Amino acid sequence: MSAPALPRSYLEEGYTLRSWITTRDHKRIAILYALAITAFFFLGGAAAAIIRLELVTPPGDLVSADTYNKLFTIHGVVMVWFFLIPSIPATLGNFLLPLMIGAREVAFPRLNILSWYIYVLGGLFTVTAVIAGGVDTGWTFYTPFSTLFSNTHVVWAVMGVFIVGFSSILTGINFIVTVHRMRAPGMTWFRMPLFVWANYATSLIMVLATPVLAMTLVLLSVERLLHVGIFDPALGGDPLLFQHLFWFYSHPAVYIMVLPAMGVASEIITCFARKPIFGYRFMCYAILGIAGFGFLVWGHHMFVSGQSMYAGMVFSMLSFMVAVPSAIKVFNWTATLYKGSIVFTAPMLYALGFVGLFTIGGMTGLYLASIALDVHLTDTYFVIAHFHYIMVGGSVMAYLGGIHYWWPKITGRLYNEAWGRMGAIVIFVGFNLTFFPQYILGYLGMPRRYHEYPPEFQVLNVLSSAGASVLAVGYLLPLLYLGWSLFRGPRAAPNPWNARGLEWKTASPPPKDNFVETPEVDPVPYAYDPEEKTA
Amino acid sequence: MSATARPSDPATWREQTASLGMWVFLATEVMFFGALFLSYLYLRTHDGEGVAAASTHTHEWLGTINTAILLTSSFTMALAVRGAQLADRVPVRRLLWATAALGVAFLAVKGIEYGMEWREQLVPGLRFGIEDHASTAALFFFLYFVATGVHALHLAIGVLAVLWMSWRLRRPPFPDWRADEIDVLGLYWHFVDAVWIFLYPLFYLVNLHR
Repeated sequence: MSAPALPRSYLEEGYTLRSWITTRDHKRIAILYALAITAFFFLGGAAAAIIRLELVTPPGDLVSADTYNKLFTIHGVVMVWFFLIPSIPATLGNFLLPLMIGAREVAFPRLNILSWYIYVLGGLFTVTAVIAGGVDTGWTFYTPFSTLFSNTHVVWAVMGVFIVGFSSILTGINFIVTVHRMRAPGMTWFRMPLFVWANYATSLIMVLATPVLAMTLVLLSVERLLHVGIFDPALGGDPLLFQHLFWFYSHPAVYIMVLPAMGVASEIITCFARKPIFGYRFMCYAILGIAGFGFLVWGHHMFVSGQSMYAGMVFSMLSFMVAVPSAIKVFNWTATLYKGSIVFTAPMLYALGFVGLFTIGGMTGLYLASIALDVHLTDTYFVIAHFHYIMVGGSVMAYLGGIHYWWPKITGRLYNEAWGRMGAIVIFVGFNLTFFPQYILGYLGMPRRYHEYPPEFQVLNVLSSAGASVLAVGYLLPLLYLGWSLFRGPRAAPNPWNARGLEWKTASPPPKDNFVETPEVDPVPYAYDPEEKTA
Repeated sequence: MSATARPSDPATWREQTASLGMWVFLATEVMFFGALFLSYLYLRTHDGEGVAAASTHTHEWLGTINTAILLTSSFTMALAVRGAQLADRVPVRRLLWATAALGVAFLAVKGIEYGMEWREQLVPGLRFGIEDHASTAALFFFLYFVATGVHALHLAIGVLAVLWMSWRLRRPPFPDWRADEIDVLGLYWHFVDAVWIFLYPLFYLVNLHR
């Protein structure tokens, strides 16, 4: 008697372009997003490359000041809204969330593909703005420059961001409802992987914060088009109102960018230390705490804006408090590693890099949260270094770690582990060489968003630019060896890492409906044993 | 919430899932309009007198008629939701038509009102002639047009959704999941109504007793 035939994988359900672009399969949608965000990553990266090239020499000799302004603007706009915010949630989250909770699909599959269409539409608007000549306001679009004085294509770019915000919102709604309503029997909240908790909390932020940005951008656009508006001081309006509204979204947005990365880190570290996560419940509460507190600290972007000094002090205190749950997570990852059987696979290298670099970035955030220090450091390269340590050293490394960790599951192929490790190390070295000098530059007083600088800053700038070229190589490497693995990589087993979690209890790649039969939920999450091997 | 997210009754599961999705979406809408209300709060605390003076230029009668229209439409919508629960297809269609008609009536009145405001030079940036507390009046009407415009857009989308729902019901049978869809549509409609209930006093009734 022969065994029943296994169902086809989701990749084999249709080979036409149309079957991809009109799919309702969360796994295919994840790949559509992955391709789109990768394209935007290289667009934003190209802008960064020109910036770093300009900054090799003190005078502004490569591009004009106006062009430079457009470069850092597009770098920020693209990297924040078209790469980082969708990165882990819309790719890894979309792919893995249903699998991890034992569901066949997300709650609203049609909203899911709609969110991708909206993303592409928003991207087209923004790319149009770039092709038409760019925007020079900075990704923060501060008024009154953006409303009254800039001569660039502000409204196009702003509309692109407005549109892509709805992509975020739909993803968030889908994830929240999916987690509440579609868990397999036995999958209680406190048995869910931390990756699910992280994406759930991220979704809460997405749905509550993004609409505020949407309305703010509407107000900005109308003001720019009609030359009258609530941000115009000549009419009794307040340009600071824009900053409050903008940062009320944009601060929680940075937690949208980092929480999923923390979720990825928890998955990878437990697997390659062969240990359960230390303090699972505290990790859950910390995730929720970060999401909640993240809504209360926006004023720390405005310490020198002229806002009330007393408000500043409250924001400063709250900003210190929001660091506590993040620190709890770092301590718990460390405790998870302690007495584990650590294997330095590529995903583990990325995850460990994440923990270290996120910690450095996070601690420098505390310096910035201290008002007296911030007066000196604000709008300098110190701030740039701080957020790049978290966004790039943190989130991007975690994203790449997740891509490598779940690559066998998503593609059904194994990538070359030696190349994987090399890529992780090149990125780590390149990253630190790029951004550590920027802390020093900022401390020494070099302002951000300047295309020229005094000669005494040149050495550090050259180091940073050299690092950027190493980093560029590091980012290109995975494209090459991961791409290669799609055609020549060995086929992957269902659980090549001997990992825990429901996603590993189905084929690599999974069938369209994720599971042949409803999986049995482990009574305890992360049931690893340090005595056991990783495959 | 029990460990099994799916109760033995798929109909209940479906209804509650759709409902949760709509409530989460409405939370986003609250945040969306919330930013506008914050801007209004800023203006009103900055120059309350100016806002009161500007508000005298609004057309309270039209605003009041619109409020009555929209509240009535919420009533017909609520009846439609109830009818859907009872799977009463024909009355549900009629009530949905009534709801849509009232929504269209609201938009028509709004259109007439905007026309009057254009003729009376109350459109900042394009055609504006108020001189008393001119700056604040300009900002007041800036917020007025953005707020009522965004609201009208939401209402228009609601009208289309209601019409589409009614069209889908043109033939029997009336599957029970339709009731979930109409329930969720009702939530959206009531939300749009609730937003108007805040907009109306804030723009039309400022210091009206004076």
